[in-house]
Amino acid sequence: MSANASDIGLIHKQIVWNRLIAAVEEQAQTLIRTAFSPTVSEAGDLAAGVFDRQGHMLAQAVTGTPGHVNSMANGVQFFLKKFPIDSMREGDHYITNDPWLTSGHLHDITVVTPFFHRGRAVGLIANTCHVVDIGGRGFGPDGRSVFEEGLFIPVMKLARAGQLNDDLFEIIRENVRDPQSVEGDIFSFMAANEEGARRALALMHEFDLPDLEGIGQYIIEASREATKKEIARLPNGVFRNNLVTDGYDKPVELMATLTIKDGTIHVDYTGTTPASPFGINVVLNYTQAYTLFGLKCIIAPEIPNNYGSLAPFSFHAPESCILNAKRPAPVSARHVIGHMLPDLIFGCLHQAMPGRVPAEGSSANWQPQFRGGRSAIDTRQLETLGNHDLVDFDYITFHAGGTGGRPTADGMSATAFPSGVKNTPVEVSENRAPLVFWRKELRAGSGGAGQWRGGLGQVMEVGGRDNIPFAVLAMFDRVSVPPKGRERGAAGAPGRVRLGSGPLLRPKGQQTIPAGDRLTLEMPGGGGFGDPLRREPALVALDVANGLISAEAAAGDYGVAIGPDGQAEQAASEALRASRRASRQAAE
Amino acid sequence: MAQANQTAARYRLGVDIGGTFTDIVLEQDDGRMFTVKVLTTPRAPDQGVLEGIAQALKAAKARPEQAGLIIHGTTLVTNALIERRGAKLALITTQGHRDTLEIGTESRFAQYDIFMRKPEPLVPRARRFAVPERIAANGEVLLPLDVAAVEALLPALQREQVEAVAVGLLHSYANPAHERRVAEILAARLPKLTVSLSSEVSPELREYERISTACANAYTRPLMARYLGDLARQMAAQGFRCPLYLMLSGGGLCGVETASRLPIRLIESGPAGGAMFASHLARQYGFDKVLSYDMGGTTAKICLIDGGRPQTTRSFEAARVYRFMRGSGLPLRLPTVDMVEIGAGGGSIAHLDQLGRIAVGPESAGAEPGPASYGQGGALPAVTDADLVMGRIVPENFAGGSLPLDLAAAEAALKRQVAEPLGLSLPAAAFGVAEIVDENMASAARVHAIESGKGFAGRVMIAFGGAAPLHAARVAEKLDVDTVVIPSHAGVGSAVGFLRAPVAYEVVRSLYQRLSGLNVAELNRLFSEMTAAAAAVVAEAAPGRPTRAKRSAFMRYVGQAHEIEVELPVRDYDAGDPARVQAAFEAEYRRLFNRLVPGVDIEAMSWKVDVATQEAPPERRAIAPAGAAPEPLARRPLFEPAKGGFVEAPNYRRDRLPAGARILGPAVIEEDETSTVLTGRYEAIVHDWAIILTRRQREQV
Repeated sequence: MSANASDIGLIHKQIVWNRLIAAVEEQAQTLIRTAFSPTVSEAGDLAAGVFDRQGHMLAQAVTGTPGHVNSMANGVQFFLKKFPIDSMREGDHYITNDPWLTSGHLHDITVVTPFFHRGRAVGLIANTCHVVDIGGRGFGPDGRSVFEEGLFIPVMKLARAGQLNDDLFEIIRENVRDPQSVEGDIFSFMAANEEGARRALALMHEFDLPDLEGIGQYIIEASREATKKEIARLPNGVFRNNLVTDGYDKPVELMATLTIKDGTIHVDYTGTTPASPFGINVVLNYTQAYTLFGLKCIIAPEIPNNYGSLAPFSFHAPESCILNAKRPAPVSARHVIGHMLPDLIFGCLHQAMPGRVPAEGSSANWQPQFRGGRSAIDTRQLETLGNHDLVDFDYITFHAGGTGGRPTADGMSATAFPSGVKNTPVEVSENRAPLVFWRKELRAGSGGAGQWRGGLGQVMEVGGRDNIPFAVLAMFDRVSVPPKGRERGAAGAPGRVRLGSGPLLRPKGQQTIPAGDRLTLEMPGGGGFGDPLRREPALVALDVANGLISAEAAAGDYGVAIGPDGQAEQAASEALRASRRASRQAAE
Repeated sequence: MAQANQTAARYRLGVDIGGTFTDIVLEQDDGRMFTVKVLTTPRAPDQGVLEGIAQALKAAKARPEQAGLIIHGTTLVTNALIERRGAKLALITTQGHRDTLEIGTESRFAQYDIFMRKPEPLVPRARRFAVPERIAANGEVLLPLDVAAVEALLPALQREQVEAVAVGLLHSYANPAHERRVAEILAARLPKLTVSLSSEVSPELREYERISTACANAYTRPLMARYLGDLARQMAAQGFRCPLYLMLSGGGLCGVETASRLPIRLIESGPAGGAMFASHLARQYGFDKVLSYDMGGTTAKICLIDGGRPQTTRSFEAARVYRFMRGSGLPLRLPTVDMVEIGAGGGSIAHLDQLGRIAVGPESAGAEPGPASYGQGGALPAVTDADLVMGRIVPENFAGGSLPLDLAAAEAALKRQVAEPLGLSLPAAAFGVAEIVDENMASAARVHAIESGKGFAGRVMIAFGGAAPLHAARVAEKLDVDTVVIPSHAGVGSAVGFLRAPVAYEVVRSLYQRLSGLNVAELNRLFSEMTAAAAAVVAEAAPGRPTRAKRSAFMRYVGQAHEIEVELPVRDYDAGDPARVQAAFEAEYRRLFNRLVPGVDIEAMSWKVDVATQEAPPERRAIAPAGAAPEPLARRPLFEPAKGGFVEAPNYRRDRLPAGARILGPAVIEEDETSTVLTGRYEAIVHDWAIILTRRQREQV
């Protein structure tokens, strides 16, 4: 009774796979611990992964954000097209921020590092991270072409056999607002890749692997087959959905046709609005990233992300629609459109697999880019300031509204989805930028009513320290068109952008917050799931007690009467609900 | 002889309340040790403690008044947080920031799981009160505290029958004045409330972590104060006259007053005791670099010990609600022994994931129903079942023969859940389960070491806890560790560790400084203040005892978000120090990350002082030379990983082996609480204080 060699081999393969995922997770943690831009070190706006000689992703860090992860998955092959793997040398590092090859805007820098075993390049380690500044207009949607949006670094060598490309560093230093951070970041990216490479090599040594071909094939095949098996549980069919969103100057309509056929899924975006003249356009790679993420988290959430698990999914976006913008279209704030893709796809999947998909959420992050200094603020404001000195700064924080109600649970309040980033603590922000976050708390009443309520958005109120004026590069969505509910669930509250003193601001574009005034961001709530009249009255009462909804909303939206003791009154509630149902039937 | 023992021997007691068992260790001044395990009594934990102590006294024929010291650790704080059994709590916070505790990091810890649930905040929104006030990042007051608004909260606190209040205001680490004023008002008007200030519990930047820590402290304080008060009274009633110390998560001891005021600092007392147990052995036998490995029924804990001291950290996450995942618990900012804990124990359940890969844990079969082989109705295969099928455990001798295991049930469960679906033979399936759990532990150890910038070369593994001796050799193989020590009393390691810890207290304060413009005078003032504060806590428990201090700074390049700890000399600083500190920072940075960042200034965010009583260095003991190979009691089939199959391996009883006995792997050495498994790559020498495994030369294997 002995185990045979192939049995043991299978167990070894499973272990090597786990170990590769651990190696890139370590790489991601190194990025967070050493990076200078708060986008990476606080928010975790990053991706880390290991690739085979063909540029196929074998493993990715669990830490990271989908827009980067899946874009990077596709991006490494472009490095290999320019620099074939066998031309690479030990100590080389490669770099680009080409939006069309990687994750869709110039702020994201990708560094790729080959690693060598027995004298031969056996694989690549890559990371994609959002640096805090890349010059140009900065992170905002106002650019009319990519040329306005900052420094463009084509795929090139960052280090040659251990020698840094000093020319490139000098160009970067002279083109960005915060050279120390960006340069420090690039050092951190190289160090993290070296860490990942060391881990991968130690593993190859321990298991006596000559290369990653065998294990790579196993990972890719096993993941592809498992994903196909999950897809095969779904009915074949064609499912359509559309989603209207704010756009920059006019609404954008996203259209999807999702076809499930024999273990594969194809998404076609034909019918989607053409590219915008402003920087909310999405490159194909980023469209792919959030398409795949949306599909994967409903269909095969447990299967590790790699080339194989992504392979059964395909998609098409017609040339020059807003989801396949061509160079030199402006693309800086592409996330406001890209983050909507999972909601768009969920609308299709809900038809194929009801009861597994949440309502729409706030979705696009609310990430105000703050800018201070004389060059940042409105010229009319400048006149009122006279010669008063203003300190230059650029700072960004990431925030979120509510997610959609779920088939078995409320939506999550103030939680990023689909993005995987974190906020920055108020105390950290106020230490790093001359700002005061006077208010940052849940926005009562913003969650869409439903049997399962949408998550609440939040309200944030930011002023300048010592009442200085400053600018915000606004790129906020779901202001004109709120997140829709599902299965009779109500829409979440739309977002609102205004001055503390009252007047509304435009949701997109750079604007000045005058001296002494504040920026107020009211972030959208998620849509509700299911009929609000079926929500457990005790849960409605609890929401009232916690100040998440008003007693009026309890009666009006949910048909629940709250008694003086704060509990739901059964008889009165039943009457309310009965009359609500009757008037609904009459209307239908 | 017997009479002398009865009358003279003074002793100390170590008392560890765990989830299942309460362990008591009684150590006499002559070094003799008595150990007792009793079931934990969760409703009234002091009952289990008193029962266990009574048994230990009986075994040692000792009387209460002979006790010199009682040292206590407990899972009470952790359990109160996990089971949400703490006080009815309110939070007073800065107006506009009522939901900091609930908003958290705004992120999802499970990227692809749209059904994930976040942990419930310890304070529901209805009891989170916001008052007008505002302090800026530099400590300046932007908006004075609205005293009337605080007073206006008092009726609500009474109406809601709040037992404890946490006060967490923005930037209170930089200026605690407003928090203190709130505390004064509460003390004057509602003197029965216990109040925890974030500026006292955890005076550090980052509001979510700080306020979360203050809330966890406030939440557990009434419970702990009650428990400790009751325990002290009952001990006194029984005739104990000695002091009672508590084990802190950071590896030091404190008195009852500090423990009642800052119970959150006790959260990891049990695991910290384990780390102190291993640290003491390391010092005693001269192991400079140690990996301590503690594996029980549900989890495994791994800690690095260099120079006889466990590594420590300032962040910890309690009560994780989702598969032990980072981010799914309550973040705490406090000094704690730095260890990784993963869901890997004897009871961890094996299953297949969506890709048909073997996965083990973190779900555990617990004691009920337990692994399939317990015969209590468990149908799912656990790690213990795999160990049994591989011949690592002799079924009829498990737990000293008190709980014979059902081999057939273990085989059936493994077949059904693993072997058949994968088309593997039964031994391969068992091996697969053991390999995956060993790999999970090795992988966690590896990540932990790398995050600390350390490796395993030359490290000695000290393995304790019921399941560790079964898995230690294989985990050590995976980590390339040559020497494994299985100490005596491995089953009650934490309680023994309590007896080895110094009285110690750590203080951390935030004071922003750039190295290029270091304010030496200010720093000297801060350190003397912090040292006095820490020394006062130590003096309360150990008056008059000589102490030592350690200092460090948490530093980073300007612009980075995460600091590294750099040790500083203990003395007043002068103008020459910034350059020396920079060199120390760079050495540490290079050790951690391999690369320096040129041309960037260095900043320090916080400073730490650790004051501890000076303990006499343990008597160094030598390792006895090897003797002859003994005759085995039996030969039984044992699965040998290197051979991929079973071999006939000798079995021994530990208590029947002479000191110095040399045993070649593969072999099994049984004792009542566990078995030590030697793979073919190791040989063992049995000492009176430990079994030591050494890796054999390749050619011998």
